[in-house]
Amino acid sequence: MAKPKLAIYWAASCGGCDIAILDIEEKILDVANFFDIVFWPCATDFKYDDVRKMEDKSITLTLFNGAIRSDENFEIAELLRQKSVVMCAFGSCAVEGGIPGLANFYDKESIMKYAYIQSPSTTNAESIYPQPETKVAEGTLRIPTLYNTVRSLGQTIEVDYIIPGCPPQSDQIIAVVTAVIDILQNGKPLPPKGTVLGATEKSCCDECKRQRNVKKIKKFVRPFSIKVDPDLCLLEQGIVCMGPATRGGCGAKCVNAGVPCRGCYSVPSNVRDQGAKMASALASVIDSIDPVEIQQIIDTIPDPLGTFYRFSLADSAIRRSQS
Amino acid sequence: MKQIVIDPITRLEGHGKIHLFIKDDGSLENCYFQVPELRGFEKFCQGRPVEELCRITTRICGVCPDAHHMAAAKAADAVYGVTIPSAAFKLRSLLYDAFYAGDHTTHFFALGGPDFVCGPDAPAAERNILGVIAKVGLDAGKKVIAQRARGQRVIEIIGGKKVHPVTSLPGGLSKRISKAEQEEMIKIGDEMVEFSKFAVQVLNDIVLANKAYVDMILSDAYTHKTYNMGLVDANNKVNFYDGKVRVTGPDGKEHAKYEPKDYLEYVAEHVEPYSYLKYPYLKKVGWKGFVDGVDSGIYKATPLSRLNVADGMATPLAQAEYERYFETLTGDRTGKTPVHSTLATHWARIVELVYACESVAKMARDEEITSDKILNIPTSIVGEGVGIVEAPRGTLTHHYKTDQNGIVTEANLIVGTTNNNAPITMSIKKAAEGLIKKGSKITDGTLNRIEMAFRAYDPCFGCATHTLPGQMPLELIIHDVESGEIIESVRRN
Ligand code: SF4
Ligand code: SF4
Repeated sequence: MAKPKLAIYWAASCGGCDIAILDIEEKILDVANFFDIVFWPCATDFKYDDVRKMEDKSITLTLFNGAIRSDENFEIAELLRQKSVVMCAFGSCAVEGGIPGLANFYDKESIMKYAYIQSPSTTNAESIYPQPETKVAEGTLRIPTLYNTVRSLGQTIEVDYIIPGCPPQSDQIIAVVTAVIDILQNGKPLPPKGTVLGATEKSCCDECKRQRNVKKIKKFVRPFSIKVDPDLCLLEQGIVCMGPATRGGCGAKCVNAGVPCRGCYSVPSNVRDQGAKMASALASVIDSIDPVEIQQIIDTIPDPLGTFYRFSLADSAIRRSQS
Repeated sequence: MKQIVIDPITRLEGHGKIHLFIKDDGSLENCYFQVPELRGFEKFCQGRPVEELCRITTRICGVCPDAHHMAAAKAADAVYGVTIPSAAFKLRSLLYDAFYAGDHTTHFFALGGPDFVCGPDAPAAERNILGVIAKVGLDAGKKVIAQRARGQRVIEIIGGKKVHPVTSLPGGLSKRISKAEQEEMIKIGDEMVEFSKFAVQVLNDIVLANKAYVDMILSDAYTHKTYNMGLVDANNKVNFYDGKVRVTGPDGKEHAKYEPKDYLEYVAEHVEPYSYLKYPYLKKVGWKGFVDGVDSGIYKATPLSRLNVADGMATPLAQAEYERYFETLTGDRTGKTPVHSTLATHWARIVELVYACESVAKMARDEEITSDKILNIPTSIVGEGVGIVEAPRGTLTHHYKTDQNGIVTEANLIVGTTNNNAPITMSIKKAAEGLIKKGSKITDGTLNRIEMAFRAYDPCFGCATHTLPGQMPLELIIHDVESGEIIESVRRN
């Protein structure tokens, strides 16, 4: 019997998801044994044209990482969707825009202007910007066009499953891969569309070893500005920690290493907007019922939007901080 | 005229392109190298608290997040004018050397090495890590995987996470190291040193023992006489985490030695309309286009460069390797005569690998690393800071300005591979000129030799090629510029 076919692709991302797949070490051999890897640009030689020639739905599973930032990212996302039975958003950038989605705080013009004109090391007297098409003496050179707005994969094409994390932790990748192999090998039914894989149903707080009491806080502090109690909940020490508004799955890695969670495992189940969820979580620890004072306490958070929507701005209810 | 498009040069289309224009007589008219991507980190770091940048800029690159984590942390230390405790300094350096040990290993065995171990003209299907394993034994593959895992484990112990470490804060670190973790790292360090000896052996047996390879390394087609850049310690020894940036000329003489904070006096960036990636050059020499020599401000920042700018290595085995390297390539073991052979970068990487491993073994034993004094809480703010580390692919500069609350108002980043954008363009052109001549037929070997020209740089736009089997797909399409018709197509499988 023909092996199930696997594709792995990255769009606008850092490559950390591919590295995380490598970090499953010898298990990678199981993947290579079980699947026929038909498209994994970092490991195989298949090209876009090969994918174009494949029959529709001939790829069993595609793990897609990276946000959609350019016309090229979009084109390949659509192509892989057409060729795949199961399309999986792999890692924060694909799931919710991730860190590249922070670009939505600004527009494309100001991003380009800073990079090519304003940055202090740039010398560009003629104000040259990279262009989709450049005529040179010998002919025409082309590069992809950047979009003004970064989008998650699910905002551009239909996604079947979600594997959150920046990047997904290797033990979770192993768990997902093992489960998928089991399903395919034993003809089990696929989980319902939209299922989140490689994460828990609960929040990051649930995996955190720190102790939680009912202590209320009067002001927020930066993570480097106090001597942090190693055993106590960070939020109760006044450090904004995204644990309550973040899905579990990583084992609360950052919090256990002494720094607050920044929310890379996406939203917990039944939560639509991570920032809104965080705002309500904070309300419950703030030691005041006076709206003015509450506002003053909230104002001690240095960058609420950039913290509450660190990974999810592109996919959030606000999507952009400006139009 | 004909046009050749090599796309992708990395393992996927669109993250790096080469355009070659061919005259009617078959020789090269011109060559363009393009990077078709911009994510805009410098802009969207504005408005973020400076302590968060070491958790945001890691997402510039998932292959060297550790470099961005450290450069960002050092810049944030400087923004607050705080000196980190010595234990934190040692731990950050230890994490960083462990990262180097893993990263250089993967490059040598999976990415750059196959050209030598299997041979530049070996069938394409063999020119990868599997081919390396076939040549040096099955055991080697396992050793490479284990070495990578060691590096990742040290990063996880000190940095909290394997990919994208998180523990650096302005003033130090958030997590102290337990005795048990120290024991584990000592063991890892010793194993790393053993592995580095194995890597040297592989280099000796397969590359250096073969005169044809040494001749190829020294050949003109792969030679560029540019300036070199790298970080050095107080004794001018190679250092990855801390020190001053030293720049030497094509003749080996010192052009500059600067503190990170002064980088703007020395480095500037040029823009071309056909690529999203800028071209850094030495400001005092100036941008003269894509040319070699002392009058052109183009510099390289690679393992080769770091050895060229340094007076030696800070650990014994690496120092011995450094001397052997220079003696073989220039006849001068002191290292005062620079090496300009691009392909020697692979060898330089092995010298650095030995240093990184010895350094991990040494620092892991340092009693101080389990100290609880790992954070000096900042008490005032300067509002501006520059952090520089040596990323495996070149000098990495992070420069931040903030308001009085430490909120970033400006961020400027000059990233490892960016330094080498112009030299890579030149290397590709030189290789193409040598290969594409009147009447010559373009073959798979042509592709590989062009690829070898930039692969030595371990360029980060090809970063995820750091994997099994580590071979980049490459396709050459030659089509008529006017009609667009495909004249010839060669692909490598
Ligand atoms: S808020 Fe953060 S520190 Fe507190 S319990 Fe949740 S994850 Fe742990
Ligand atoms: S603790 Fe939070 S930010 Fe850190 S890995 Fe887990 S989910 Fe991501």
